[in-house]
Parts: sequence; structure tokens; C-alpha cells
Amino acid sequence: MMTRNETVIISSPHLHAVTSINHVMTRVIYALIPGILLSAWFFGSGVLIQSLLAVLFALCAEALMLYLREKPLRLFLFDGSAVVTALLFALCLSPYTPVWVNFTGICFAIIVAKHLYGGIGYNMFNPAMAGYVFVLLCFPVNMTTWPLPAGITDQQATLLQILSIIFTGPSSLENFDSLSGATTLGWTKSQLSGMFMITEIRNSPLFGSFAGKGTEWIAVAWLCGGIWLLIQRIIKWEMPVFFIGTVFLISLLFYWYDSSIYLSPVLTLFTGGIMLATFFIITDPVTASATPRGRIIYVIGIGLLTYIIRTWSAYPDGVAFAVLLMNAVVPLVDNYTRPRVFGEIKHG
Amino acid sequence: MNRELYPFPGGLQIPPHKELSNAKTSLITPLPDSIILPLQQHIGTPAVPLVKTGDKVLKGQIIARADGYVSVPVHASTSGKIIDIGNYTVPDPLGLKAPCIVIEPDGDDVWFEIKPTHDYASIDPKDLQDVIREAGIVGLGGAGFPAHVKLREGTESAVDTLIINAVECEPFISCDDRLIREKPGYIVNGTRMIRHAIQAKHCVIALEADMPEAYAALKELIDDDIDLIQLPVKYPQGGERQLIKVLTGMEVPSGGLPIHIGIVMHNAATTAAAYRAVIRGEPLISRYVTVSGEVNDPRNLQVLLGTPVKHCADQCGYEDKEGQAIILGGPMMGMYVNNMHMPVIKTTNCVLVTSTYNKSPEMPCIRCGQCVDVCPEKLLPQQLFWHAHAKNYDRLREYHLFDCIECGCCSFVCPSNIRLVQYYRKAKRQITQDEQTRSGADHARERFIARNARLAREEQTQNNELLAGSDIGELDKQAFIQAAVERTRAKRAQLGKQENSDDDQE
Amino acid sequence: MTGILIVLAFTVVIAVLLYYSRGEVPEQEKLVDIIDSLLPQTQCGQCGYPGCKPYADAIVHNHADINQCPPGGRNTIRQLADLLGGEIKPLNPAHGKAGPKRVAFIDEDICIGCVKCIKACPVDAIVGAPEQMHTVITLECTGCELCVAPCPVDCISMLVFVQGGRRVKLGPAMRTSS
Repeated sequence: MMTRNETVIISSPHLHAVTSINHVMTRVIYALIPGILLSAWFFGSGVLIQSLLAVLFALCAEALMLYLREKPLRLFLFDGSAVVTALLFALCLSPYTPVWVNFTGICFAIIVAKHLYGGIGYNMFNPAMAGYVFVLLCFPVNMTTWPLPAGITDQQATLLQILSIIFTGPSSLENFDSLSGATTLGWTKSQLSGMFMITEIRNSPLFGSFAGKGTEWIAVAWLCGGIWLLIQRIIKWEMPVFFIGTVFLISLLFYWYDSSIYLSPVLTLFTGGIMLATFFIITDPVTASATPRGRIIYVIGIGLLTYIIRTWSAYPDGVAFAVLLMNAVVPLVDNYTRPRVFGEIKHG
Repeated sequence: MNRELYPFPGGLQIPPHKELSNAKTSLITPLPDSIILPLQQHIGTPAVPLVKTGDKVLKGQIIARADGYVSVPVHASTSGKIIDIGNYTVPDPLGLKAPCIVIEPDGDDVWFEIKPTHDYASIDPKDLQDVIREAGIVGLGGAGFPAHVKLREGTESAVDTLIINAVECEPFISCDDRLIREKPGYIVNGTRMIRHAIQAKHCVIALEADMPEAYAALKELIDDDIDLIQLPVKYPQGGERQLIKVLTGMEVPSGGLPIHIGIVMHNAATTAAAYRAVIRGEPLISRYVTVSGEVNDPRNLQVLLGTPVKHCADQCGYEDKEGQAIILGGPMMGMYVNNMHMPVIKTTNCVLVTSTYNKSPEMPCIRCGQCVDVCPEKLLPQQLFWHAHAKNYDRLREYHLFDCIECGCCSFVCPSNIRLVQYYRKAKRQITQDEQTRSGADHARERFIARNARLAREEQTQNNELLAGSDIGELDKQAFIQAAVERTRAKRAQLGKQENSDDDQE
Repeated sequence: MTGILIVLAFTVVIAVLLYYSRGEVPEQEKLVDIIDSLLPQTQCGQCGYPGCKPYADAIVHNHADINQCPPGGRNTIRQLADLLGGEIKPLNPAHGKAGPKRVAFIDEDICIGCVKCIKACPVDAIVGAPEQMHTVITLECTGCELCVAPCPVDCISMLVFVQGGRRVKLGPAMRTSS
């Protein structure tokens, strides 16, 4: 500790709120837990295995990069940011993803998207999304084959089967096809291109009471976790509200225009990654705009792009692409949305 | 009376901790062994000493006169002998020493002749300014801006509202609270006096809701002429610009002064000191100081200016413990000092002993934007931080760095523990310095251009007078220079060694 | 197809934004003045040009490098790099070393009053008359050192300049209603 004889200059303020990066990240992890558990219930223990592997890889990659960049290891390794990145990345993956895919994605997320840009606070692109998009482009098949949610078939993969899929690849299992299927969004997309109507598609067992089977309740869990984060003041209400609003409005517009080929707003919001993105991905402060107005523009942009990519591109979901595209625009948005300073007189 | 309130942007709820010190009656601090009076206890030019070592002075006697308009005199806080005029440690964030006059008290505490006035209304507002200036009154809230300057601003333009600021928004500090409770008459009559001096149309005394006793004390004394307003607790409500916004809904223009929108604001303690100076003729030689935090008996003291901080702390049962920091002022804006030898000066409102000051390491900014939400000036602290880091001074100006009031809200909420205010202070200092260099360079350019013009002119005239000039005395001159060169060499040889060592040091 | 359209639309939007956000490119003559205003005006000639303005002119017209001004040091190089969009380079050691500002000081015991330094001073900061003692007006001296070499008796030394004022005033710190 310092003695009074040294000339130390400590600048005011001397008080500090009970908060730290660790405090923020820990709360984000807490908020993710209900959704993770629910996912595991619907899609099997694969979810948990993917999460654990991702966290493990992320911490190793983070430690390696911190060591190489000569940063204080203890201070940065346990700030929680790598864990959050890993969890978000793992939640985007299919529970059947082979371990090398998981590893590649995390390495890209932590090493390239995070540390090569300067580490926490300096990364321009959301690491989890960058990692996800990277593996999505590299291993498209592995990414889109999901287990059937509980409640559709009685045939659930055993823990041993899951482990074998993850560690030796799907081809090692003979009855893999009966254990897996498309996601709700993927199914809808392929059926729509086969000229089926939404009402027909909606009869598929992949749909639950108001959205995708299983995923609808997971989405509700994200929503609950998100609301808890809002109450904890970890995230700000503007971003989720404007994002959901944008997606809701645009989907409503097209639903009115032609309800036979466009999904209803509720279906849009509660399928795919939208709910997870709403509270955990677009709210990542590092890669979002920093000004109050800029944040709103940023999330509206993500909302529009997500809907556009989802509806008219070859990919079933578009959140990750939308987030990365808007990440790239953030510096520009920041520059144009500077707020009026107290007492400033704007010259027209 | 009801008055519509307008919340100011940003701000924070911080635990006030006033209860530590505001319940006990203030104590009159006994005379210390020595009184150290810095020549500069205010914003502006330092005062000029009028006494010399060995002189006997009386309490309230002017010992240093004001130098220039934005300056005030310094008075002896007690009677005694001047034992030194020299550099002593003063309250300064860098721990610097500054010129001070040191008095050894004789213990008699004899007053110099003082001239009480019984009716301020009979005094011309202009003369009132002079009385207040001669009494050495400066803002006692923390900045120390000479009070007479604000009064003159007030007399020179129309004043709509006079605001007396009794909002002690910083945690721990309760000296104004205590002053109001003990001497409410000074505040109320002082308010009326200043109103008379600047001819304000309206008059408001504002305090926060956590000072009910002070409110009650004032309420008893005021009539309809003064609005007494209680405000919900929020930091930094006591900031000049913030309080004006809350009370009037008007925003002081960026880079402007309250008088530009017809408002004059004085601190409650300043008001009381001004009234006392006029009515009793007693200059500013003492003030209320809160001693709080980790001392055995936190309370308020009435302290003679120049009393060493240590002496004040000792009255409240201070014990030196490892890991404690001493802060002069509040925890949000006060300055950390690394010893207690410096004196209490006009702007010292609090001595805080704490071991819970911010020690966590700084992490990278995660752009969470909480600083943006709490900034009472609606700045973008995080962009400012980036640009301050990158030394991008033009950008800093664009982002209104100079509107920052250094309230510390942004640093307080920062999850990465970045000492934002420290970066801003540094950048401000650097920019100010650069500007000085700049204006110096502009000046040099002017002189350079002027010289070139002169040379051109001279050449012109020389061409015209080609015939003039001769070589008379050329030889003499040569000899003269030769002699001088030799003289120099001899002298150089003597100085040589010393200068060489000087050069090495540079 | 749609993908291409999306990317195209995005490109157009960004192009438009960038177009409107581009800075104004000043004309060459104006640029010389702007550069001149960034130079420290010591008129010392260490850059290899006979003054600050000629150096500014040379930067604009003759592609002189921006790292030739020792009195300006890093700060000036940074400002020039910002203005001209170039890279920040270290000071070219061929032109001298950067250091704290110095001012000339004439040892009045030694000075013989030869007026050579007066003639050399680019800003008329030395006063004196032939065969009278000379002195430097410290506040006007730019520290160019041009007077040192001409002095026949070496009576001029360069001393580190100490700012008179002790404290530099900060901006409008929060006046808790003073």
C-alpha cells in the first residue's frame, strides 16, 4: 500500500459504484442459465456439452492470447467476457456440432475477432457472432442439423450417442438421421421454396403452440433472463424494445400483405435467434453504438437486416449476419448521432 | 410557495452519509500553534504581502492586499507575530508549495478596528461591493471565485433571479447544513442584502430534502420575499448550471455564465460571510469545516483560516492508520492530499478520512454507455476518453471537453474503473498550454513579419543614401573588439568549469 | 441475387454517407497558411528553410517532409500529420533534437555591444545600441539560437525557459456556486 510520504496524485472522484466488468458479465451469465437449462431439456445434454467445451476452449484461447500480448492474466482472464462469448457462441450451435467445429469457431471468435482487434473493449465485431458466422460458412451442414426437440419423437439420443457424435462426427452413428432434423426456420424455408403455404407448413410437428416446438419456450426463457437484466440495469430498455419493435412491425407489414408466404410477427419473434439476440447479443456494449440515438439506429438496422436476410436469402436465420453488418457501421453512426450538449445552442 | 422544478439530465443517487456529522453542534477550534495563510486562496491573482517578518498583527488586519480586480486581500485570522513569509505546502493536488504568511498567535485574539454598519440598505450597492471585497469574501462552496466580481456582474446587467445555493450535494459534507441551523439569520438577511446589492427581481434559497432542520430554521425567518425550495436529493445538483436548470428550466449557454441569462448564484456560506462582513465589519477569517469519515468524533468545526488540517482532524479524534486517505472536500470532487500539514483555506469545506477510496485497477472501456447516461452536461464521456487518450485535441473541443464540470459521475459508474475525470483534467491542461504556445507563436510571427518589413525599408533608405558612411575608426574598432575578446577569454576560463557542469545537467 | 442487391444497397448508403462526411480540402495557398499557423514560429531555420513560412511553403509545393522542425517536436509533427493525412514520423535527427523551450541569455559582463546578435535576431527580441550592453527580452525570444553563432565573444547562452506562473488554470471546473 502507499505510504503518505510518496507523492501520489489521485484524482477525484474517490468514490466508486459497486460495479466492474466482472459484475456485469456475471449477471449476463446468470440471465443465460434458465435458457440453457431449458435448451438442454428440449434438445438433450448436447447443449450443455457444447457450452462446457466452448467455455473451456475460450478460456484457453483467452489465456494464450493474454500471455502472448503480455497482459495481466488474472485481471483479464476472469473478467467473464470470454465466458459470455463462449456461451453465446455455443447457444447458436447445434448440440450435435462436432468438437472441431466448436473449437475452430471459438478460436476465431477469441483470437481473431477479439484479440487481434485489441482485446476486450476494442473489438469491432461481436466475437460470438463472428465465430458463429465463420463456422457457418466453413461447415454449413454441421450447423444446420439439429436434434428433434423433445415431444416430437420418443427416440432421444443417449448421452453416449451424443458424445460419439460430438467427438467422432455424425457419420459414426448409423441411426443419426432418425435422431436429427431441420430447425423450424430451416424447415419453413425449404417448404416455402417448395411452394407450400404457411398454413400447411404450420401443421408440421416442428411447430408448437405459438412458434417453434421447444424453441418457443426457450425464447420465453431468454425473454425472462433479459427482463431480469433490465431490472438489474445491466442493459438498457431502448435497445431490446426498438429491436423487437422493428422486427414486429416489418413482419406485420408483410404478414398483412400476404399471410400465406410470410410468417406472422409472433412466429417471427419467437423462432430462431431473435430473442437471444434481443437481450444478449445486440446489447453487447462494445460493438454497439455508443450514443443514445445511435443505439436506436443500430438496433433498427439489425432488425431490418435480420428480417431481410431471413426472408429472402438462402440462410434460414439472419441475426448473426445482421449484427456483424451493423457492427461495421457503428463508427459512422456514432459520428452522426452526437447528442446536443447541455446549454449548447445549435446553429441551424 | 410552489415552484415548478425541472430535472437536470444525468446525475446519480449516492449515499449521502451526512448523518455522521450533521447532528452535533459545531465546535470552535482552539488556537493552533501557527497560522499559515496562503496568498492565493481564491481564483485570480495572488494577494501581495503588506507585512514583513517580525511585524505584530491584530485579528482581522489586512496582511496582504488584493492585486488586480479578480483578487481579494488576506486578513490575519488572529493576533500575533509574523514569523515567516515563504513557501509552504498548500492544499494542492500536486502537493506543491506556495507563498504563505505564517503567524504565531499570541493567544490574546485581539481584534483590529472593525467598522460595523447597522443598515445595509443605506449603503450604495457599489460601495457594498468594495466592502465585500475588502473583507476578502470568495465563494466558499469550493471554487473560490471572488464574490465582488459576481456582485458587479449583477449590478451591471439586469438580474431576474438571485439563487442562494445551500444544496450540499456531495456526500459527507454538512458544513452548510450546520451553518444554516446555527445561524439562519445570517443566511436570510445576507440573501436580502445581496438582493439589494444586485436588485434582483426574484430570490430563491435552494436546499436538498435531506436537510429538514435547516429548512425549518430558514422557514421561520423568511417572508414572502424569498422562495425557499426543497429539492429531491441528487448529485451534482449543487453544480451551478445544474441548479439553475432545476429551478428555472433554463440552461446556461455552453461556455457562458449564469448572468447571461439573468441569474446570479451565491453559496449559502458566502452569503453569510458577506452579511457578517457588512453588518459586523468582520472580514472572512474563519469558516465551517466538516471533519468526517473514519475519525472517532466526526463533526463540524468553526475553524480560523490558516489552521493546519491536522489540528482540525485532531479535534475530532483522528488517528493515523495505514491505508487511509485524506481528502480535502467531498469524495466526488475533493482532492487527495498526502499529508496534513497544509492549512484550511477559504475553499476548504471538508476534511474526509477514508480507506474506501477507489483502488481497483483500470480496465479497457467496454463502451457500456453508463457514463453517457449519468453525465449532467450531456457529454459523451467515453468519446472524450478515446480522444483524450489519442491526444486528439481538436476532436475534444468538438465534443465540448471544456463544458465538463469534473463532477465525477462518469468515473463513479464506470464498470471498467477508468479515471475519466483525470484524463479530462490532463487534456484540459494540455490544451490550455498549447493555446498559450500558439498565441506566443502568433506573436513571434507578427514580430518576424514586422522586422522583415523594417529591413526592407532600411535597405531602401540605405540605397538612397549611398554616399553616406565612412570607414573612420575602423582600426580602432578592430582593436577594441580584440581587447574585448581577450577580456572575455580570461573571464570564461574562470567560469568554464561551472558552466560545463550546468550543460551536462540539462 | 437478393444478396447482391442487399450488399449493393448497403454500399450505396455508405457511399452517400461517406461523401457527405468528407472533409473540405483547402486550397494550396490556404494550406500554406494553415501549416504556417501550426509551426512554432521560432524562425530558426533548422528545417533548412529561411523561416517558418518558407518551410510551410516547401511542405506544400516541394514535398518537404513534415519531420524537420525540432522546436515543434512531436506535437507539431502530429498536428501536421493530422492535417495532411500522413503518418506520424519521428523527428529527422539531421535537423536537430527536440527539447524544452530555451531562451537566449546575454552575459552582460562579457557583451561588447557589437550589435551582431541584434542583426541576427529574427523577431527583434534583443535590444541594445552599438558599444552599449545588449539584453534579450525574454518574453519575446523564440529560442531560435540564431544569435549564438554570430557573437564574437560567446556571451550568449541558451537557458531552459521556466514559465512564470506556477499553476495553469483549468477549464470551468464545477463552480459549486462560489
